[in-house]
This record gives sequence, C-alpha cells and structure tokens, in this order.
Amino acid sequence: MNALLDRLMGRGNTTPSAKVAKERLQFVLVHDRLDLSPDKLEAMKDEILSVISKYVRIDRNNVDISIEQRQRDNWLVADIPLSPEDEEDADEAEADGKKSGK
Amino acid sequence: MTARVITITSGKGGVGKTTATANIAVGLALLGKKVIAIDADIGLRNLDVILGLENRIVYDLVDVVEGRCKLRQAMIKHKAFPELYLIPAAQTRDKTAVSPSDMLTITKKLRDDFDFILIDSPAGIERGFRNAIAAADDVLVVTNPEVSSVRDADRIIGLLEAEEKGPGRLIVNRIKMDMVRRGEMLSMDDVVDILAIKLIGVVPEDETVLTSSNRGEPAAGNEKSKAGQAFRNIARRLAGEEVPFMSLDHAEGVLQRLARLFSSSMPSTG
Repeated sequence: MNALLDRLMGRGNTTPSAKVAKERLQFVLVHDRLDLSPDKLEAMKDEILSVISKYVRIDRNNVDISIEQRQRDNWLVADIPLSPEDEEDADEAEADGKKSGK
Repeated sequence: MTARVITITSGKGGVGKTTATANIAVGLALLGKKVIAIDADIGLRNLDVILGLENRIVYDLVDVVEGRCKLRQAMIKHKAFPELYLIPAAQTRDKTAVSPSDMLTITKKLRDDFDFILIDSPAGIERGFRNAIAAADDVLVVTNPEVSSVRDADRIIGLLEAEEKGPGRLIVNRIKMDMVRRGEMLSMDDVVDILAIKLIGVVPEDETVLTSSNRGEPAAGNEKSKAGQAFRNIARRLAGEEVPFMSLDHAEGVLQRLARLFSSSMPSTG
C-alpha cells in the first residue's frame, strides 16, 4: 500500500537512485584517482589537525577537510575554525593540543 | 588527404565500443568520408560481424604485422558503403601479437589514403589498450550511465592523460530517457559532471541496435533508428559540424511519449 501511495505521489521520500549513484561515484573516484583510501585520508586529517592544534586552539567539531573535484583536478580543501582564545587559558589549550589526534 | 586516427575505448567490456565504432564508421562513410576501421581486439574479433563483413575475411591485422600479406590485402571494402574499409582482428592469437609500434607503422601507411582511421579498442587497460591508443590523435571514451562503467571510464581517462592522449571525448551510450526523467538513471549531465570531459554524443537505448547487429547492417545506415541518428550525429561532429545534442524529448518517439502519459496516470503492476 505504501509503495502504491509512493508511486501515486511521485516517489515518496526515497532518494532517486540516480542521485545516490552520482554521490557514490564522486566519492569512490576521488579515492581511485589519488590512490588514497578513506582510512588513510582520515589518518592524514587527524595528523594535520594535531599539528595545527600545537599552535592554535581549533574547534574540532566544525572542521571540514575534504577532497574537492574541480574539472579533472583534485583539491584538498580545509575549513578549520579556530576557537576563541579568550575563553580558554593558554596552558589548557596547549594540553588539549597534545592530547588530540587518535 | 591526411587521416585523423580516432580510437574508441572504454575500460569496461560490453558498453558498446564495437557497436559505436561500426556505426560511427558508417556515419562518416555516409558523409562521403573515406574511412577505415581497424579491429584491435586481437583474439576476440567482432567488428567484422557487426559490419556484416565476416564472410569476406582472408587476411587480418596479425597477418599484416607478421608480413604474411600486404596491408592492401587485409583491407575489406564494404559493398553497401564503398568509402568504408575494415581491417579485421586475428581470431586465434592474443594481444601480444601486435605492438604499439606496429600500430604506428600501419596507421602511418594508411593516413594518406583516408580521412578517418577508427580503431576499436579491446576492453581492459593492458597491452590491447596500449596498442589501440598508440597512434590515436583523438580518443572517444564510451560509457553507459551506470556506476561500474563510469568508474572504469574515469580510470581510462586518467591513463589517457598519463599517456598525453587525453582526456578524450565522451559517448554516453544506452541511455534510457524515461528512467533519467524519473531520476532513476544518471543523466548525460551527471556523467559529464562526474568525469569532467567533453561530450561528443548521447546514444539512446534502442532495439534497432540489436536488430541491426543481427543483420550485420549498422543502425547508422537506418534512417528510422534513433540510435542510428545519434551515431550519425557523432560522425558529423567528428567531421567538424556543430550538431546540437538531442533533448530528452526528442530521443523518445511520439508513441513512447503517449505510452508514458498513459502509464503514469495509472499505477503499474510491476
């Protein structure tokens, strides 16, 4: 019955499969092209972040580091928000920086 | 006359390389161009059957390479399209029987006598592919709007760039416009977005492609075939004409459009 309703209403809430295919392809091709597995990419991100946190306090929850395709070139694009310094005291920031990185 | 060498390749098998080669060759011949198609898929000869020339083979590409015949003797002239010739692949040998430099030598000898030399590449990224692209001035990458063939096309484009033959131009083959419209098949725009190379043709899924290969008469020679028209358009673009791409609606016949109207107004059972 639900399937029939979906069909009558258009396609209901399911994502059209072409959109899923496109997203999956874009993801897999980045890793194919660079010969960089998702695991390695995560490890690289963690390392980058721990280097940066040695110097400045960063807001880890809102970090966005990803590989972007521009024509047939790939770019590593990083958005790394810094935490406001005045809320924290400098010693604590340093200690946090050392802890970070899994 | 100095021919342009155009290689048709794909990475993945079964996406329609040979069909595309045969149909583009016929399309070019219909434009009055002198064309020779070379089947570089040694061991899995097929371009001959698609073109309807399987009964006329005496010598093949490997016979030329190994000096058992003159180049002329391996060239089969098509009776229906007198401007079209084929050099068939050997059926009983493998890819190592030909080298990239053999392909350079052969195409060099042919360049003066033709407008276009089309090379049908085997699937894969190994020796056969290297042979097929060795002499290419231009490469056409065939893909279907489906994840595995798009992924393989991307790999091929990467290899073409590494060999300084790329990125090539894209043929999206076997597209079903009604599925694209429902969001259930990648559109040509999606595929172009993902692969980031220029499009040279969009060919709709069309039964006449199969019925044409059944008869050994490529669809490009059939005025009524939609896919045939798409292949003729590719030929015209190769010949330097500006041809607009078929829109979503044009790629579908009036009857199919009516059928779609009716079927979308009632729930289907399957």
